Amino acid sequence: MAFAAAIPINRISAKPGQIAAVALIALFLAIFLVIPAGTVIYTAFTEKGTGALTIVNFQDFFRTRLFQQSFFNSVYVSAMSVVWGTLIALPLAVLTTRFEFRGSLLIQTLGFIPLIMPPFVGAVAMQLLFGRNGTVNLLLNDWLGFRIPFMEGLNGVIFVQSLHYFPFILINLSTSLRNIDRSMEEAAQNLGSSGFRLFRRIVFPLAMPGYLAGASLVFVKVFDDLATPLLLNVKDMLAPQAYLRVTSVGLTDPMGYVISVILIVVSIFAMWLSAVAMRGKDYSTVQRGGGGLSKRPLRRGEAVLAYGVVGLILLLVLSPHIGLLLLSLATVWSFSPLPDGFTVAHYTRVFGESSLYIKNTLIYASLAGLIDVIVGGAIAYLVLRTKVIGRRWLDWAATAALAIPGVVLGIGYLRTFYGISLPDGTPLATLWVMVVMALAIRRLPYALRACYAALQQVSQSLEEAAENLGATKQRTIRRIVLPLMTGGLLAGFVTSFSTAAVELSATLMLIQSNSDAPIAYGLYVFMQSPAGRGPGAALGVIAVIMVAACTLLSHYVVERRQKTLGMNK
Amino acid sequence: MLKTIAAAMLISAAAIVAAHAEGGGKVTIVTSFSKDVTDPFKASFEAANPGYTLDVQNKSTSSGVKYVDETKGNNQTDLFWASAPDAFDSLKSRKLLTRFTPSVTGLPDKVGSYPVNDPDGFYFGFAASGYGIMSNDRYLEANNIPKPSEWGDLTKPEYYDHVAIAAPSRSGTTHLTIETILQGEGWDKGWGTLKGIGGNLQQVTERSFGVPDAVNSGQTGIGIVIDFFAFSAQASGFPVSFAYPSVTTVVPANIGIVANAPNQKGAEAFVNYLLSEKGQTVLLEPTIRRLPINPALYEKAPEGFPNPFKDPRFQSMITFDADVSKKRTDVVDTLFDQLISFQLDKLKGATKAVHAAEQALAKSDNAEARGLLEEARSLIAAMPITAEQAASQEVRDAFTGGDQKTARQAELEQQWAAFATEKYAGAQSKAEAALALID
Repeated sequence: MAFAAAIPINRISAKPGQIAAVALIALFLAIFLVIPAGTVIYTAFTEKGTGALTIVNFQDFFRTRLFQQSFFNSVYVSAMSVVWGTLIALPLAVLTTRFEFRGSLLIQTLGFIPLIMPPFVGAVAMQLLFGRNGTVNLLLNDWLGFRIPFMEGLNGVIFVQSLHYFPFILINLSTSLRNIDRSMEEAAQNLGSSGFRLFRRIVFPLAMPGYLAGASLVFVKVFDDLATPLLLNVKDMLAPQAYLRVTSVGLTDPMGYVISVILIVVSIFAMWLSAVAMRGKDYSTVQRGGGGLSKRPLRRGEAVLAYGVVGLILLLVLSPHIGLLLLSLATVWSFSPLPDGFTVAHYTRVFGESSLYIKNTLIYASLAGLIDVIVGGAIAYLVLRTKVIGRRWLDWAATAALAIPGVVLGIGYLRTFYGISLPDGTPLATLWVMVVMALAIRRLPYALRACYAALQQVSQSLEEAAENLGATKQRTIRRIVLPLMTGGLLAGFVTSFSTAAVELSATLMLIQSNSDAPIAYGLYVFMQSPAGRGPGAALGVIAVIMVAACTLLSHYVVERRQKTLGMNK
Repeated sequence: MLKTIAAAMLISAAAIVAAHAEGGGKVTIVTSFSKDVTDPFKASFEAANPGYTLDVQNKSTSSGVKYVDETKGNNQTDLFWASAPDAFDSLKSRKLLTRFTPSVTGLPDKVGSYPVNDPDGFYFGFAASGYGIMSNDRYLEANNIPKPSEWGDLTKPEYYDHVAIAAPSRSGTTHLTIETILQGEGWDKGWGTLKGIGGNLQQVTERSFGVPDAVNSGQTGIGIVIDFFAFSAQASGFPVSFAYPSVTTVVPANIGIVANAPNQKGAEAFVNYLLSEKGQTVLLEPTIRRLPINPALYEKAPEGFPNPFKDPRFQSMITFDADVSKKRTDVVDTLFDQLISFQLDKLKGATKAVHAAEQALAKSDNAEARGLLEEARSLIAAMPITAEQAASQEVRDAFTGGDQKTARQAELEQQWAAFATEKYAGAQSKAEAALALID
């Protein structure tokens, strides 16, 4: 790392191909993100009633006590979620990548599942376990006479958010750890470093791009997330305030859009900050050891401790899903530690319809994931490897998508695309492809961060070597850059894919018929009535299993690939 | 070969024309009702009207309204179907509904004291809903608290931290409940009751179903809900009870045909079906359990099912003045948010202190403490604006952006929030001082 402070980027002038790529991506972002969101957010800059341009709404924002408090709370909760998310992710990542640890593939997959929290049912399941009268507190109260307010106030939000979003850190950090060259570690060991010092001074710093990618995602995602605070009925945070104002019936309140603008600005600022933190450092390593860091066997005592820690963490982070499973099998579950009885009736009820939902979800989410990896990879390459004008703007525009509430994007799509008719008279906005585009835009920042981290770890000298040997730029990208980035690209795809599979807020606006509906929508229509809770949970379990199976498969493919690479050396 | 194709095309074209002539095809309905409600209706409607298929698009009431509004240029929706009358009012005022006279006759004009249909014929009531108090029996038993039956009960100390409500700005049905209390008890006394309940709230949810959901799962003991949430939960086996307080109102849940509906005939067929005896019977299904608008149906209703046309308690319910409600909708919702939802911690802090002082006072009387406590109570109940101001053009224009506004909505919100913060803090310190005097 950083032996040479920032290898100077040697291509000052842009190639026509690069300019074309920038133009193409800019067009894509303009059509599917900037214009639709702009048609809605524009309201922030207009005076209510007259529609005249003004900035008075922003002055009102900073003068209002509630918004000041909300702003502070959002920053505090996001920062604390990063801290707790790190504490959960770090042991899992290190143990599974640095030690010979049986079942690390399983742990990597399980540790990833919390990200797939189906809407509504996930919330109900969490309340049934950790709520004031959830399983844990009912038992605590019976036995010991006290309750722990897991799910109350800002601390409740931090608790749920850390459990929900720590996989961002886990995935990106693990990928980074795998990509570290073994020789770095060996060199340090030869010089007498070992144990925690080795980790702190050599390994962790080398994995910094992955960690920062994950941590900045967690920060921004928590900052912009409205589902969790609303589930816990915490309203004095920015994202819920924006949502509550944007979606009220009949009101055209500019403050909701003002907050959206503030959210976008803060998100971009946080990403910019993490980029600054990385500036002037080079994290790439030239060699690729097979499978990254050397794996050390655990001693007996260490193994017991390690498995204990991993087991506890997994139990904690998977508890919402255990609750979900119980809920899907429960007859009635009300004010009791466990359901009154069990049944499989809910699964039979959703069985007929679920195949359609599953098919739609798989198509939408994998297309969205694919688009994200392609666009994200291209943006990462343009930013890190070229000097084309406007490349940073692409990065920021794509990142801004994190901060745009799904419902704003949904309304924007209706405004922009509903007027355009297809030859048979149906509006363009009703086509299922638009759902895919909305999902791709909403999840693009995840894939982008992963691609960014992956490319930062590839040494430019490898590309230069290839070019010196006469390879063209395209050939270098295809034969050198892409293979070395595989792990990161896959991490990006998996994150985009699995979170898109359970996304609801933008889809709810755009779904036009039940035959086009993904599983999250199916869940939503069940979760509005008491009798629909069980079937909704059953659909939720099906969604989680489906996404987890796809994730496990892709981990398996990467693991095998890395093994064969390692053997060839 | 060519001839066969041409012939086939002709036949299919003729078939399409024929189908259109008799009616049929896809009827698209945007609704906030869950699958448990829409599925039985879809099956029964399609069986009764062969040739039609009902395409259900499920959206929350507010996004449904936004959706119909945003897509009006190329409308694909035939019907809008939801509970909250204010959503229909909003659609009607934006000219998004079309007038229609259903063929079903003989239905009552009023349920309780609320007109069943829109006077201009843009939307029609198909079921009645009353508001009341839902409670979880296991929760009440475990916490050893009695079943509440009146709004006033919910202000009592024993219900501290046990009550849930949906924010009226988010739930049209809760808005009507709030407005009913304000109209029934008057502006000042009504807000006093609401803040009394507010001080006992455990949560203010952002969607209507959040409240019955929390009560069903036992996260909270008592919820202020629309009746069918409780009835359908009972039918699904949840240990919950429901009571109509004496100050309440019954209002219709509605359906309306969207302007420029692509399948006007189909839309009319569904409205007629929904109001027919067949359609009304579906309302009694265990997963739906809504009060039919056709009085004859109550003979088929299960034991203990309330009948708003016969039961005396519904006859004595107050007259709900929709005009008064409409004038101050935004103001009432925003006041609730700024004085209760967003100030919940401070309001609860003050309420808890008042409860503690009351309890101590009951044991040993102290005149000075009593005076302080009275001051604390009136500080909590104080309102930043009067009923007249709430309905005034200046305040309404602040919300709509009209010319007569004297302040922007954001400025009013900040003023009201600051007012509440100050009063609640004052109330808390007075109540604490009172308690200190007694000790």
